Amino acid sequence: METLEHELRSHPFVGDLQPAYLTLLASLARNVEFAAGAFLFREGARADRCYLLREGRVALEIATMARGHIIVQTLGAGEVAGFSWLLEPHEWQFDGRAIEPVRAVALDGDAVRAKCEEDPRLGFELMRRFAHLATGRLQSTRLRLLDVYGTAHATPH
Amino acid sequence: MQPRTEAARAQQPWLDREPWRVTATRRESHDTVTLELEPPAGRTFSFQPGQFNMLYAFGVGEVPISVSGDPEAPGPVRHTIRDMGAVTHALCARQAGQEVGVRGPYGTHWPVAEAEGGDVVVVAGGVGMPPMRSAFYHLIAHRDRYRRIVLLYGARTPADLLYPDELSSWRGRFDLDVQVTVDTAAGDWRGGVGVVPDLIGSAPFDPAATTAFMVGPEVMMRFTIRALMRAGVPDERIFLSAERNMHCAAAMCGHCQIGPFFVCRDGPVFSCRALGPWLRRREA
Repeated sequence: METLEHELRSHPFVGDLQPAYLTLLASLARNVEFAAGAFLFREGARADRCYLLREGRVALEIATMARGHIIVQTLGAGEVAGFSWLLEPHEWQFDGRAIEPVRAVALDGDAVRAKCEEDPRLGFELMRRFAHLATGRLQSTRLRLLDVYGTAHATPH
Repeated sequence: MQPRTEAARAQQPWLDREPWRVTATRRESHDTVTLELEPPAGRTFSFQPGQFNMLYAFGVGEVPISVSGDPEAPGPVRHTIRDMGAVTHALCARQAGQEVGVRGPYGTHWPVAEAEGGDVVVVAGGVGMPPMRSAFYHLIAHRDRYRRIVLLYGARTPADLLYPDELSSWRGRFDLDVQVTVDTAAGDWRGGVGVVPDLIGSAPFDPAATTAFMVGPEVMMRFTIRALMRAGVPDERIFLSAERNMHCAAAMCGHCQIGPFFVCRDGPVFSCRALGPWLRRREA
């Protein structure tokens, strides 16, 4: 448990939470490892985990019949993989695949949500962090929608 | 006709009519080609990293193209050109032995000397990699003068990445931190997928002792500037290369003007403190 608390304290997403909250989250967490190529989660499956990445990289991807599997985003150490567990219908929207050996802290999503219901201060603090995360990803998505490297990139001489 | 002196060229560079010869071409991607050019006999050429030449495709037109080679290496002068319109299409179609009009070098350069003693973060997006490559060659050639050197490079897809062999070589070095990301990729891609500004948060550098150089799409640079400043890099230590529609390269025609600046003369390399306020103007 002490190791998990230490790992949570050193993770940028939750490291500055109050010590009591870190102790609480550590009680709902476990260390996990995935070999390169293994799936952390699969599209359509029940989303019941949140992965705080410590090492390695994860590809969020979607499988298509026409183009095979397409990588939507990659995530690395210090980042969070998955927030589908947070909101209904608690279902993964993409596949999460390790593209390198991955070490992560997995939080029990159902239990964390229940604790957030019990303690709105914790709930607000976590929701604020996930809102920040979601906003950042939305902005990155907008940037990609602009296709900045396409024809808009240079003056067409 | 007597060859013009260097002093005469500096005074009236647009009168330089001796063509350069293409010695080799290299296809870098589906729409991008590198031309190696040899100056006319008796003519020497030197440039600072970040400067550009005006390349002329005879009978078609002239475009500004950054010199993308090693500023300290002898031999042909390299320009990497993206096929975007009539002139660049004509240039990309040039073959070894053919001729190209060249005048330059023009413009300001990356402040590589001022960055010595600190960390350097180099950010390139899309076809912004060629103008940055000459600076990166300089940083590598004088590796002992800098602390950490970080290269963050973004492109549309893996097929659009320029200089993949060099990237691979640089990534293999322990004294460089090279991160590459693309907007979208198939599942067999081993690199990153995402946008360049998002790489700033995890890049290893000391913001208080960092100089940042960036070139790429304007939108990418605006978001990267925000990320760098959020990380603590002061705006006077952030430098960017501006892209504008240059015609004369002599600060006369006004095509490349942004506010009080002529990009061909006062740029293309500007400090963020100087140019930043003009990037957000709808009419500049």
